[in-house]
Amino acid sequence: MATASETKATRRDFLYIATGAVGAVGVAGAAWPLINQLNPSASVLALASIRFDVSSVEEGSSVTILWRGLPVFVRHRTPAEIEEARAVPMEDLKDPQADQDRVLEGHEEWLIMVANCTHLGCVPVGESGDFDGWFCPCHGSHYDTSGRIRRGPAPANLVVPPYAFVSDTVVEIG
Amino acid sequence: MANHAGNYTPGTGVERWLDERLPIVRFSKEHLMDFPTPKNLNYWWTFGAILAFMLVAQIATGVVLAMHYTPHVDLAFASVEHIRRDVNFGRIIQGTHAVGASMFFVAIYVHMFRGLYYGSYKAPREVIWMLGVILFVLVMATAFMGYVLPWGQMSLWGATVITGIFSAIPLVGEALQTLLLGGFSVANPTLNRFFSLHYLLPFIIAAVVVLHIWALHVPGNNNPTGVEVKESRDTLPFHPYYTMKDLFAVVVFLIPFAWFVFFAPDILGHADNYIPGNPQVTPTHIVPEWYLLPFYTILRAIDFNVLFIDSKLGGVIAMAGSMLVLFILPWLDTSRVRSGTFRPLFKPFFWLFVVNFIALAYLGAQPAEGIYILLAKICVAYYFAYFLIILPLLGRFERPAPLPVSISESVLGKANG
Amino acid sequence: MMLKKTILGAIAFASLALLGGGAVQAADEYAHTDQQNWSFAGVFGTYDQNQLQRGFQVYREVCSSCHGLDFISFRNLQEAGGPHFSETQVRALAAEYTIADETADGGTRDGVPADGWPAPFPSEQIARDSNGGAFPPDLSLITKARGVHMDFPWWVFNYFTGYQEGGADYVYNLLTSYEDAPDGVEVAPGQYYNAYFPGHMIAMGAPLSDGIVSYADEATPETLEQYALDVSAFLQWTGDPHMMDRKATGFRVIIFLVVFAILMYMVKRRIWRDAH
Repeated sequence: MATASETKATRRDFLYIATGAVGAVGVAGAAWPLINQLNPSASVLALASIRFDVSSVEEGSSVTILWRGLPVFVRHRTPAEIEEARAVPMEDLKDPQADQDRVLEGHEEWLIMVANCTHLGCVPVGESGDFDGWFCPCHGSHYDTSGRIRRGPAPANLVVPPYAFVSDTVVEIG
Repeated sequence: MANHAGNYTPGTGVERWLDERLPIVRFSKEHLMDFPTPKNLNYWWTFGAILAFMLVAQIATGVVLAMHYTPHVDLAFASVEHIRRDVNFGRIIQGTHAVGASMFFVAIYVHMFRGLYYGSYKAPREVIWMLGVILFVLVMATAFMGYVLPWGQMSLWGATVITGIFSAIPLVGEALQTLLLGGFSVANPTLNRFFSLHYLLPFIIAAVVVLHIWALHVPGNNNPTGVEVKESRDTLPFHPYYTMKDLFAVVVFLIPFAWFVFFAPDILGHADNYIPGNPQVTPTHIVPEWYLLPFYTILRAIDFNVLFIDSKLGGVIAMAGSMLVLFILPWLDTSRVRSGTFRPLFKPFFWLFVVNFIALAYLGAQPAEGIYILLAKICVAYYFAYFLIILPLLGRFERPAPLPVSISESVLGKANG
Repeated sequence: MMLKKTILGAIAFASLALLGGGAVQAADEYAHTDQQNWSFAGVFGTYDQNQLQRGFQVYREVCSSCHGLDFISFRNLQEAGGPHFSETQVRALAAEYTIADETADGGTRDGVPADGWPAPFPSEQIARDSNGGAFPPDLSLITKARGVHMDFPWWVFNYFTGYQEGGADYVYNLLTSYEDAPDGVEVAPGQYYNAYFPGHMIAMGAPLSDGIVSYADEATPETLEQYALDVSAFLQWTGDPHMMDRKATGFRVIIFLVVFAILMYMVKRRIWRDAH
């Protein structure tokens, strides 16, 4: 008799556990929409990647565009600037990174970076500072012609966003 | 029935420490788990739990919607469309909230008609019933203000018509309406305050629900026989018996709810509310949401002046009266027998009342012309006659069927027979 | 028994009252609606992608000169469950339009997929002035904002069939009901006779006629009826762009709830077994 009541108990427990598990799935399934709605909506995501035609940016000049609410520098570098950036020895860099790793191969003249100083987020001034790159007036960080930090309180190089050239002159950022 | 001291004994030192300072575990055990509940409650009694669930569901979806909604006349309509189209799961969350309002009222009406049939409003449960009527009015107010928020044509014109009710009050009416609207018509200030109140009221409702349940836990539940609990074998602990039964009912209730949300989210609403609110054009038929229709019919049915009361004020008095009469119902019904099951004369009148109520709703959606006007008057007359004439008189003339001695006896009798 | 009899009696009484009420309705208040056999009708209905693409073409070539689509962006046209154009097509389409943008050089720029559908008129007043005082309504929600009238017993079934196509039926019937005014009916200048439109006087001239839109797909007839069907279907989609996704989720939810309800019933039975 003991075995019979044991099987009965097991079967009952199984029903309770199964129902509890299904109920838990239901609660999770109902909770997920209420959480996921906090994520960016379709209209926000539609602006998460932008296209920009760089053909109007003259060599030696730069423009600032807005991407995901952040300012982004698009710099058309001169051959001299590229050469200067590539000549810097790695040991001189606070945040060592080769210039080649900060631009796309075949598009070395285009330097595209988020325009917020990695120190506290000010927008640095272009073509200034001790390294011919950018200078942040807020707390005195100097960046070189590759946007790498060379002197001052900023800990890291200016951030390069994900981007790709969809044609010779159109770049897609994001 | 106050004798429901639980058998909670704090197990660990921490539990004892907490119990001496805030006996919340003891309270939960006594009132949510061990509470003695009549063993013969049928499925009509599960609608209390369904309503509690619906209140939580409406608050949860509503809080989420408020994160994306903009209470401004120029932006409100577009922000609701933004929710439906662009927000992740927005169509489902918004649909659940909108359909949820209808399902909430389905549950409220079933819960109230159950109380009416089984005499749950009678002594010693008058206060439970009165708190319930207060909840009913609060939920109607909340639903009405919520319907204004999408700022479609029906939102705007429904709000105009309903707030116009206040202008019928003698002397202070016009001033009161202006105060309520924050202007001379339904406009941006109105939308803003309705949004604020629509967010606030559900929490007041939740507080009144606590009182409603507190008042319920003093005498304990009524039951289908209407015979009071006499001994412990008449009852079962609330948990697991009624928690599981109620949960089952909630899941079943969710099936038609989901049907509407996913397969017909707009069928309970009105097409005109997909036209942005326009103060210069009135829709041909202004129809409130279905759950307000019976009272809308009562409001419209008074189209004649009575002595010094003009028809507009008369309609407002009739509508207010239709809810006040519920408030004093415990003293209008003179029968000493609670449950309609044992009242042969009461039953036909009750079911006629149910049909009459549905007819009132149907008439509210029809244009006020032709035979509808006459039918509306007949139905309104029966609504009031039921409470003011039939129930007081029935108690005197009716000869009730013999009552079971106790709940246990009725349960056993049913099992044997 | 007694209870059942009273309920039945009550229902009979109610039906009589309601039917009696329905009968007095003015017969010609609502024109007869010719209900169509939509692909998106009912619980299992889905949009026909090709039809939505054709409908979009009709909208773009005919309707869009006067009617906007405020709640539709170019990007919506590439969503699955809609016309589902390719990204390249949508990008090219958007670029054909000039979008006002204060931040752009000269205040305008080419459209991108994220842009909303450009409004045909800068303001409602300008729209009225160009249309003899009538305002061409925005069409994004037109199929939601219109419906067909049904008499008493018939609309009850809609709750069980999930009939949501009244708006599409309305648009189709309106577009196909332009005809010459019957004798004795005076049509004012700037008004047109439409047998379906409430009141029959409409400020929009017949927008469609055979052959005015040329479809890429040779097999589809280029007739007024076909244009009307396609554009109605397209406008159903603009009103309810996530319908297919919603229904698919609905099946999962309802099946889940039924399974959970059965399990809960067994649990409840098991627990209550030792209560009696």
